[in-house]
Amino acid sequence: MPRVIFTPNIQRHVACPETNVAGCTVREVLENVFAENPRARSYILDDQAGLRRHMSIFLDGELIRDRAGLSDEVGETSTVYVFQALSGG
Amino acid sequence: MSDSLLVSTRKGLFTVERASTGWRITRGDFLGDNVSLALIDPRDGTRYAALDHGHFGVKMHRATGNGAWEEIATPTYPEKPEGYEELDMWGRPLPWSTVRVWALEPGGADEPGVIWCGTIPGGLFRSDDHGTSWEMVRSLWDHPLRKQWMGGGADLPGLHSIIVDPRDSRRVTVGVSTGGLWATEDGGATWSQRGEGMRADHVPPELTHAPIAQDVHCLVQCPSAPDRFWVQHHNGIFVSSDGARTFSEIEDAGPSVFGFPVRVHPKEPDTAWFVPEIKDEKRIPVEGRLVVTRTRDGGRSFETLGRGLPQEHAYDVVYRHALALDGNGERLALGSTTGGLWISEDQGDSWSMVSHTLPPVYAARFA
Repeated sequence: MPRVIFTPNIQRHVACPETNVAGCTVREVLENVFAENPRARSYILDDQAGLRRHMSIFLDGELIRDRAGLSDEVGETSTVYVFQALSGG
Repeated sequence: MSDSLLVSTRKGLFTVERASTGWRITRGDFLGDNVSLALIDPRDGTRYAALDHGHFGVKMHRATGNGAWEEIATPTYPEKPEGYEELDMWGRPLPWSTVRVWALEPGGADEPGVIWCGTIPGGLFRSDDHGTSWEMVRSLWDHPLRKQWMGGGADLPGLHSIIVDPRDSRRVTVGVSTGGLWATEDGGATWSQRGEGMRADHVPPELTHAPIAQDVHCLVQCPSAPDRFWVQHHNGIFVSSDGARTFSEIEDAGPSVFGFPVRVHPKEPDTAWFVPEIKDEKRIPVEGRLVVTRTRDGGRSFETLGRGLPQEHAYDVVYRHALALDGNGERLALGSTTGGLWISEDQGDSWSMVSHTLPPVYAARFA
């Protein structure tokens, strides 16, 4: 099953431990994460269920292309990194 | 008179209380986090705080009594219809997503648990259960003229003022920057534009007097004379005596007619306070002197009040929610973008500093 790893910065808001979940697309993988951890959803996805503007997802080391639909295909041994873009303030 | 104040800042929510030695910061919540707005519900004491976590979005929290804060639902925009495309004034897709909470107000005294919430990019939300769940007011969002709302200082339109009429909780008036004033008399089922008589000099001449083109910065209503509304507008100060239907312009108001906040005395509709700034791009106090202006005669004359406020090299901006007035109309609080917080116990005649090292202040509200 694909492995999902979350940015350390999200952990103080909502605990998102590394996990292995099923899914053939980024959307399916995340939905399976949210099924177990529903509070994480709004921290990662916006109101239209697209990836939040300053979040990024790396799939096997490459940025995903479909930030709105999250349709990028995930392999059985893939690693999905949910990161945030850097900013200060 | 209120002895307690909630101050929302870029780096936390601060409780300020009056002690025998003066006003002191007694508590800090959400330290390090961006708190855009807070509400203390006068009907039941429940506190609400809107946080903006940046990457992770806007989140709402609630605390009852002196209890701990808990995360509650965030106002969420409805799913955009399949294939629907709506562009903002810059030609970019308008986000159907809560970008910022910009207004939080309790419902009427006869509707416990009702909370109204205004947001950027313009959505109005209502909760009937103390914020446990929210529903967008689709009748306003789907109004065909809503698409003509534009960004003011922000890129996107924002709904920043919500007024629930003390005579009838179904009558609600809201202010939008930019989009003018909108009112419902049936609890939100239908909406109509208000605000004839306001004037915008930054738009083409044919739009100058169009109610929808008005950049209302802040709207308040006098609770004991509810047909009296005051507006601090991008273009100046306007006053209405017929329930926000028509407004008259106040053209002379001390150092400047530009500013963001306005507060009206709860029992004296002719008494109102403003914080003047140099207009448009500069947005700093005139001649580096931070002052409050006060009228007691409906705008015919203004006093300029600066005793206790910095009177040289002050570059504080006071945002629309950062001037607070207590329920008696006696005490005011003033929070600034440079981290100053001042309180007056004599209607603004004199001010004492609580702190000049707070993070940038977004909002202040008496309990």
